[in-house]
Amino acid sequence: MRAIVYGYFTDELDLLNAVKELQNKGIRIADVRTPFPVHGLDAALKLRRSHLPKVAFVGGLIGGTLGLFFQVWVFTKGWPLNFGGKPFLSLPSFIPVTFELTVLIAAFSMGIAFLLRSNLGPGSIPDILDEEVTDDHFQIILSEKNNNLSETELVEALAATGALDVKHVNAEK
Amino acid sequence: MMHVSPVREPLINGEKSYKDITKDVVAPVRAKPGKLWFVGLGISAIVMLIGFAMIGYTIWFGIGTWGVNRTIGWGWSITNFVWWVGIGHAGTFISAILLLFRQKWRTSINRAAEAMTIFAVMCAGLFPLIHMGRLPLGFFILPYPNTRELWVNFNSPLLWDVFAITTYLLVSLLFWYMGLIPDLGTIRDRMKTLWKKKVYNFLSFGWKGSARHWQRHESMSLILAGLAAPLVLSVHTIVSFDFATSVIPGWHTTIFPPYFVSGAIFSGFAMVLTLMIVTRRALNLKEYITVGHVESMNKIIIATGSIVGIAYITELFMAWYSGVEYERYAFMNRALGPYAWAYWIMMTCNVISPQLLWFKKLRRNLAFTFVLSIFINIGMWFERFVIVVTSLHRDYLPSSWAMYKPTWVEVAIYMGTFGLFFTLFFIFIRVFPVIALAEVKSVARSSARKFLGKPIKKQSSEKQ
Repeated sequence: MRAIVYGYFTDELDLLNAVKELQNKGIRIADVRTPFPVHGLDAALKLRRSHLPKVAFVGGLIGGTLGLFFQVWVFTKGWPLNFGGKPFLSLPSFIPVTFELTVLIAAFSMGIAFLLRSNLGPGSIPDILDEEVTDDHFQIILSEKNNNLSETELVEALAATGALDVKHVNAEK
Repeated sequence: MMHVSPVREPLINGEKSYKDITKDVVAPVRAKPGKLWFVGLGISAIVMLIGFAMIGYTIWFGIGTWGVNRTIGWGWSITNFVWWVGIGHAGTFISAILLLFRQKWRTSINRAAEAMTIFAVMCAGLFPLIHMGRLPLGFFILPYPNTRELWVNFNSPLLWDVFAITTYLLVSLLFWYMGLIPDLGTIRDRMKTLWKKKVYNFLSFGWKGSARHWQRHESMSLILAGLAAPLVLSVHTIVSFDFATSVIPGWHTTIFPPYFVSGAIFSGFAMVLTLMIVTRRALNLKEYITVGHVESMNKIIIATGSIVGIAYITELFMAWYSGVEYERYAFMNRALGPYAWAYWIMMTCNVISPQLLWFKKLRRNLAFTFVLSIFINIGMWFERFVIVVTSLHRDYLPSSWAMYKPTWVEVAIYMGTFGLFFTLFFIFIRVFPVIALAEVKSVARSSARKFLGKPIKKQSSEKQ
C-alpha cells in the first residue's frame, strides 16, 4: 500500500510557486492536474519534450511517399491510360493527392499516438481525486512511492506550500 | 507576469473567474432546453427530411428531375457544393491559422466555428455524390482494387477534390474532437446523474487534466494547426481547379485559386457571424463573444472581401486585355446578358457592401453586422451561380445556347442541406460546450476583465 497525498490551489501562479518550493526540498511530484495548460509548468516539472511531432513527421513521410508511388505505379505499370496524349508520368498532377495523403496520415498517426501514449480513449476510466480539477482547482499529487518521506511528512510539506484541503489516500499503485 | 497592453480591450467581460467561465459555458448543456430550441430543431429536422426525400426522388427518377441540360450540366448542385465548402473554411482558418498567428480572440469562437465547418462540409459533400446520378455506385470514385483492374484518374481535379474534401473533413473532425476532449471532461465532472457522467467520460476519453497530457495535447494542437493551415488553403484551391483547368471562357484563369480561397474565408466568416450573433444571445454568452470579437471578424471580412473585389475587377480587365474574343464575350455576357441580375447581386453584396465596414461604428454594430453577413452569404452564393451557370449557358456553339432554371426538386434539396446543417448545429449547442473552455481559461489571465483590472477607457457601448 502506497499513500498518495494531494492538495489544490485556486491560482496557477500559486501552483507554480508551490511546485518550485517542493522541488527545492527535494520532493518528487507524482502528477499535477490543471483545468488548462499552465504556462511554465512543463519547465518547472522538467517534463521531456513530447515526441508527437516526430510521429507526425514520420506519418506524413509514409503517407506522402505511399501516395506518390501508388499514383506513379498506377499510371506507368498498373494500367497506363492515355489522357489526351499527356505523359503517363505527369508528376505535377500527382501533387494534390500526395499532399492530402501526407496531411491525412500525419494528423491521424499523431492523434492516435497521443491517445495511446496518454492512455486515453473510449472506455478509459480515469483516477480522479478531485472533480474540481476540470473547473478551477490546480492540483498537486505527491506519492510515497518515489519519495523517502513518510505520509505525514508529505502532508506537512504540501500544506506548507499553502495548498488547500490536503488529503491522503492509500492507493494500490 | 506578462506585460499587458492597456489599449487592448478585454476578451472576456464582466469580472469572470475560472469558476464562472465553467459555469456559464456548461450551463446550456446542463439546463433543460427551452421551447424555442425544440421549435428550431423540429423545423430544421422537417426541412432536412424533405431534402432527403427529394434526394431519394432524384435517385429514383434520375437527374432529369432537375433543370440541368446538355449545355448547363452543373446547375444549383455544384453552386451549392462550392458555396457550402466555402462556408466550411472559416472554422479551420480560425482554429489553425489564427492559432499560428497567436490571435487570442480566436479562443471564444473556434469551437462553434469548427463545428460549423464540419457540418458545412458534410452538406457540401452530398452534392457531388447526388450529381453523379447513380448514388449507389458512388464508391467508384475511390481507388480500390476491382475486377476491371481499372484505377481512378489521378490527373483529374474532380478526383483531387475527392481526396481534398475527405481529408479536410477527417482532419477538421480530428482537430475539433481533440480540442473537445478536455472540455468534455469538464462537463463530465459537472454532471450529477451517473449515466450522464458515464456517457461524457466515454466521450472525453477519460480525460483527467494531467500535466503530461496537457503538454502532449498542446504539442499536438500546434502540429495539427501547422498541418491544417496549408490544408485549408489547399481545399478551395483544388475546388477552383475544377473550373480553372478546363478550357471554358470565364473558368480558365490562373487567379482562381487565391480568389476562391479568399472568397471561401470571406463567406465562412460571414456565416460564423450570422450564427454567433444569434448564439451568444440565445445561450447568454455575451461576455465571452464580445463586440470586440465581432469587430475582429469584421476586419477579416473586409480584408478577404476586398481581395474578392479586386479579383472580380482583375478578371474583367484580363478578359478585355487578353484580346480573346470568347473571353471578352463571356464577361460581357455576365455583366449585360440574360443573367446580369445575378452578376449585379453578386457585385453589390460582395464588393460594395463589405466596404461599409471601414467605419468603426458599423464594425461594432451587431444589428448591422448581422444583416451584412446575410448579404455576404447571398452574394457568395450568387458568385458561384454566376461562375457555373453564366459561363456555361452560352458556349462556343450558338446553336446549343440555353437557359437554366432549377426545379422544385433542386430547391428542396438545397433547403434540405440547411435543415441538415441546423439540425446538427442545434444538437451541438446542447450536447457539447460551444466555447473552448480550457482555451478561454488559458487566455483569461492576460485578457479577461477580472485580471486586467479597471478598464482604462470605455469602448463604445454595445448596441443590440
